[in-house]
Amino acid sequence: MNSLLTQEVPVSWYLILSAVLFSLGVLGFLIKRNLITVFMSIELMLNAVNLSFVTFAHEWHAVKGQIFVFFVMMVAAAEAAVGLAIIIAVFRARATLAVDRIDLMKL
Amino acid sequence: MHLILFVVFAGFCLAGAINLLLQSHPINSALSLIVVMTSLAVLYLLLGAEFLAIAQVIVYAGAIMVLFTFVVMLLNAGREERTMGSRTWRAVGFPAVVVILGVLATVILRAQGLGVAGLQDGITSTEDLSRVLFTELLLPFEVTSVLILIAILGAVAMARHDGERTHGQ
Repeated sequence: MNSLLTQEVPVSWYLILSAVLFSLGVLGFLIKRNLITVFMSIELMLNAVNLSFVTFAHEWHAVKGQIFVFFVMMVAAAEAAVGLAIIIAVFRARATLAVDRIDLMKL
Repeated sequence: MHLILFVVFAGFCLAGAINLLLQSHPINSALSLIVVMTSLAVLYLLLGAEFLAIAQVIVYAGAIMVLFTFVVMLLNAGREERTMGSRTWRAVGFPAVVVILGVLATVILRAQGLGVAGLQDGITSTEDLSRVLFTELLLPFEVTSVLILIAILGAVAMARHDGERTHGQ
């Protein structure tokens, strides 16, 4: 029991988890047909990359890696606000969220 | 203990991410994404990033996902439909993702000299983080605040109801 409490996890497991989450994000981006869900898959990819940043910051005891994640979060917040505003504008113009029917830049 | 927590919350992460893909209604996908983000916060804490764990819960699981669920409800988004495009992309998407995952996993597993993470490693305190952020990286920090300001203005301009056009309808 004591060995279980002090057991350590290889850093590569965190990186593998990050890679799997990123791949699932790419898969969602490709196969989902709803604009909002596609956007959520992008957020999933951003989170996966953040996890590998934090892992490497831990591995090399680098504070700047964590600060980079902080910047990514801020940019992701800005991106989500603008992206969802664009989705609302698109929905107002087309009355649909299906990406197959939003295939023209101009109405 | 570290191992147990890692396995449990990595499992939550993967389950949430897979559920995001399996659900056909956007609101279910949004709730799965909240599970993923909250579990990631615990993983950040295991890696000693206390500030980022809190920021992850507040910014991602809180603010951004509230925005997502709000938009899903505002637009009354329904179930997604199966179309020709979805079948095509399903056929293209799965092999592409297997290739991406294969390349990434090969690189990670072949990397030499990666260490281990344990609970005794200690945490990076918010004080250490802010000392670097507000001295060395002060300019990027201020530039990001300008970016946020521009994003707010852009979001308002994009989502604003165009009064004249809707009056005519």
